[in-house]
Amino acid sequence: VSPNVVVGSSKGVNTFAGSWLELEYGAKAWWTTEFYLEGQSTSHDSTVFTGFRTEHRFRVLAQEHRLNPVLYIEFEDINGANKTLKEFVGFDSKDDQAVLNAEARQERKREIETKLILSSDFKAWNVSENLIAEKNLQQGTWEFGYAVGLSRPLRLAATAKACVLCRENFNAGLEAYGGTGTWHDLTLHDTSHYIAPTVAWNFPNGTTFKISTAFGLTNNSHQRLVRFGISHEISRFDRRVKEWFR
Amino acid sequence: MKPAVKAFLFTVLTSWTIVSGSASQCDSLTLLRQAPTKAQAQKNVYKGNGEALLAGKKLFLRHCAECHGEDSKGTEDAPSLQSAAIRSAPPGALVWFLKNGNLRRGMPSWSRLPEQQLWQIVTHLQQ
Repeated sequence: VSPNVVVGSSKGVNTFAGSWLELEYGAKAWWTTEFYLEGQSTSHDSTVFTGFRTEHRFRVLAQEHRLNPVLYIEFEDINGANKTLKEFVGFDSKDDQAVLNAEARQERKREIETKLILSSDFKAWNVSENLIAEKNLQQGTWEFGYAVGLSRPLRLAATAKACVLCRENFNAGLEAYGGTGTWHDLTLHDTSHYIAPTVAWNFPNGTTFKISTAFGLTNNSHQRLVRFGISHEISRFDRRVKEWFR
Repeated sequence: MKPAVKAFLFTVLTSWTIVSGSASQCDSLTLLRQAPTKAQAQKNVYKGNGEALLAGKKLFLRHCAECHGEDSKGTEDAPSLQSAAIRSAPPGALVWFLKNGNLRRGMPSWSRLPEQQLWQIVTHLQQ
């Protein structure tokens, strides 16, 4: 279970907070399925519900390799006021978030998003590359984007004592993401790109707190996006549900 | 059939075929014996290290006990780890197995943990 918020600010755009609640279920060791409820609040404007999405992730290979591919498929039913900015594709721009909520929410987006996620572990560094393709099912062409990231625990070996604030519980990293145009116009021009240092704090009880500040690199990017997220893993959820009905 | 439905079915079937095919019907002990020679030959530098033993127990309780039980004697979801096969297995093979998991049988991959922590868990399991 993971509530998340992204706060965006840049010139000419009202500061906004996009939020989403993520419910993820590990159906199999190789398959996870997620459901998201999304909304946003914009200063000098309003607070609106913006839709839902559902996704599946499939780990393709049974064993660890240098590159471990995961196939990702998502269906989203959201409106134009959505400001969760979970990914950037095509020519996504900060101007998309300048439209008033009342007007933006009139646009309905039913989209399918696919990703090839390649993950590698190298000397305690986790490196991940995402190739993103998104298509509005009603109109338009395929839009593409990318996300890359690397992270590492601040301490590799665990200490003997139980601890919350020790370095082994922290991961630090760097992410970069952005759009790469469309099927007919693959380009980096007029697209938005970000670079974001990230920190994750893993509590011994299965709760993780994440924060990242993304800095816009192009004129189409927001100046800054600050992301917060808390996730809590409920172990053996299926067994707990069975016990409720006994 | 709509393209979106086709894409979804294709993804599910392809993933299932690859995962089930490459994992075959191997049980965990068979997989352990199939660990690469290089992995099997690795020595546990934490062997006999009291600090690592305690750290391994802490990590076991955090990541493994939910399925294998706090006493590692197993539950209805996962087998006991208090067996001669585990205690006598090459420690490098156990680390290799933790990294890979046995996805077909529900054992996840723990490659996201640093290798040092995997060795600490193995130190605890083989005490």
